[in-house]
Amino acid sequence: MIRDITIGQYYPTESKIHKLDPRTKILGTMLYVVSLFLVNNLWIYIGVALFLGIIIKISKVPFKFMMKGLKSILFILLFTILLNVFITPGETKLVEWSFITITLEGVLNAALMGIRLVFLIIGSSLMTLTTSPIQLTDGIERLLNPLRVIKVPAHEIAMMMSIALRFIPILLEETDKIMKAQKARGADFESGGIMKRAKSMIPLLVPLFILAFRRADDLAMAMEARCYRGGEGRTKLKQLIYKRRDAIAYLLLFTYLGSLIAARIIL
Amino acid sequence: MSILLKDVNYVYSPDTVYQKHALKDVNLVINDGEFIGIIGHTGSGKSTLVQHLNGLMKATSGDIIFNGQDINAPKYSQVELRQQIGLVFQYPEHQLFEVSVYKDVAFGPKNQKLSEDEIKIRVKEALETVGLDESYYEKSPFELSGGQKRRVAIAGVLAMKPKILILDEPTAGLDPQGRDDILEQIAKLHKEQGITIILVSHSMEDIAKYVGRIIVMNKGGVSYDGIPSEVFQYYKELENMGLSAPKVTYLMNALKEKGYDVSTEVTTVEEAIEELLKILK
Repeated sequence: MIRDITIGQYYPTESKIHKLDPRTKILGTMLYVVSLFLVNNLWIYIGVALFLGIIIKISKVPFKFMMKGLKSILFILLFTILLNVFITPGETKLVEWSFITITLEGVLNAALMGIRLVFLIIGSSLMTLTTSPIQLTDGIERLLNPLRVIKVPAHEIAMMMSIALRFIPILLEETDKIMKAQKARGADFESGGIMKRAKSMIPLLVPLFILAFRRADDLAMAMEARCYRGGEGRTKLKQLIYKRRDAIAYLLLFTYLGSLIAARIIL
Repeated sequence: MSILLKDVNYVYSPDTVYQKHALKDVNLVINDGEFIGIIGHTGSGKSTLVQHLNGLMKATSGDIIFNGQDINAPKYSQVELRQQIGLVFQYPEHQLFEVSVYKDVAFGPKNQKLSEDEIKIRVKEALETVGLDESYYEKSPFELSGGQKRRVAIAGVLAMKPKILILDEPTAGLDPQGRDDILEQIAKLHKEQGITIILVSHSMEDIAKYVGRIIVMNKGGVSYDGIPSEVFQYYKELENMGLSAPKVTYLMNALKEKGYDVSTEVTTVEEAIEELLKILK
């Protein structure tokens, strides 16, 4: 159950997407996210879905694997959709019952919003699924590098992010372990009202916090023992160099964005 | 009070690159009052196996029958099962959370909805069994030493009075003294209260001294199952699995090869001394 959460997880396999420079993938994902907010028409979404589908196909990550990531945000998704259905004002009223009014605009808006969220999650999890955490941080560091001029600690930010990403699977695993240990002692996490359930989380959260702090402490010690002193003068084993495939990827990305904007103006 | 495993299989993350066949056609019978050691290299499936026994993990295929009932049947009460089969996890001290030792040990019995008085008796008994007296009751579990923390955690499971007690590497990370203490206490539980005990470990030396039966796991399957002296005859095969027999097995086999008339079936240092004295006479 807890293993199903795939946000921030890497899916190791050989594919053209995996081989791309992480900078290409990060910038590409950002462009893609922005592009989603340009879409205001169901038809254009079909185009976006096609684009996304092709990339997923090339990435060789099983589609099933991606849907698992969606499962974990199902609640937020439903909440957003329902909120949009009920609060969007509009002229074509479908249902009008005491204080509840559902408009056609509301339903359309909710559908658009829902699709947008799903695409957003799939797109960004595609990036983490095809890029190992180390590559990802390298990419972020290089992209932030120019900002060092205005005193942005690029290396430190990148390091913090990679550590945070690294900790996600560790903490999930530990949660799973502690949960099982407490279940073996008769703890019940699943039944009861909201107060009882919140209370039943204590035997889970206290050990988890202690463990997280200890892990962080150990990590800091291990880094210091290896003379870590920040990014100053630090060189890289693997330099990031743009290749031909990155140029092609950028070209395709801008073509995609261009056609999206064109479609928005025309339709 | 027997546990019966029939063709149990378990697959982690099926249909992904992370897929792992952790248990392969495991067939076992665990009888009442046995003291069993489950041994295997890291990743051999021993932890996965014991988590199946009290229903924390569900077999991908196969049946687990406890006292004649299928524990994975929809109507079977998992809560009751876990009261009868106690499981102490690896590094159990990581599960401590209460403000005092007393309260932490009382967590299990409280979940069993026992009366205050009964809880008090249970906690007292459990802490006595692991060798912690009343001066520890009001201490925070987090200010204890590693070995003491582990004892508190084990007491937390004992307080539920399980009929079968499973311990997953109870001595991992302890110093030799702490290790011997814990193993002695477990052996005492078996002897005095007749609890069925299943001890998971990767150290033959630990196990050989106490258990009456050894189950060797390798790559998700059961390789050997028998009394210690029998299993240790396969010491060469055990080495291929990344395990080893106790040091005395090697000594006795080496002596036999040199032509001395010794039994290779001894498993503990004490028995070995007797054997050696025999040939010295």
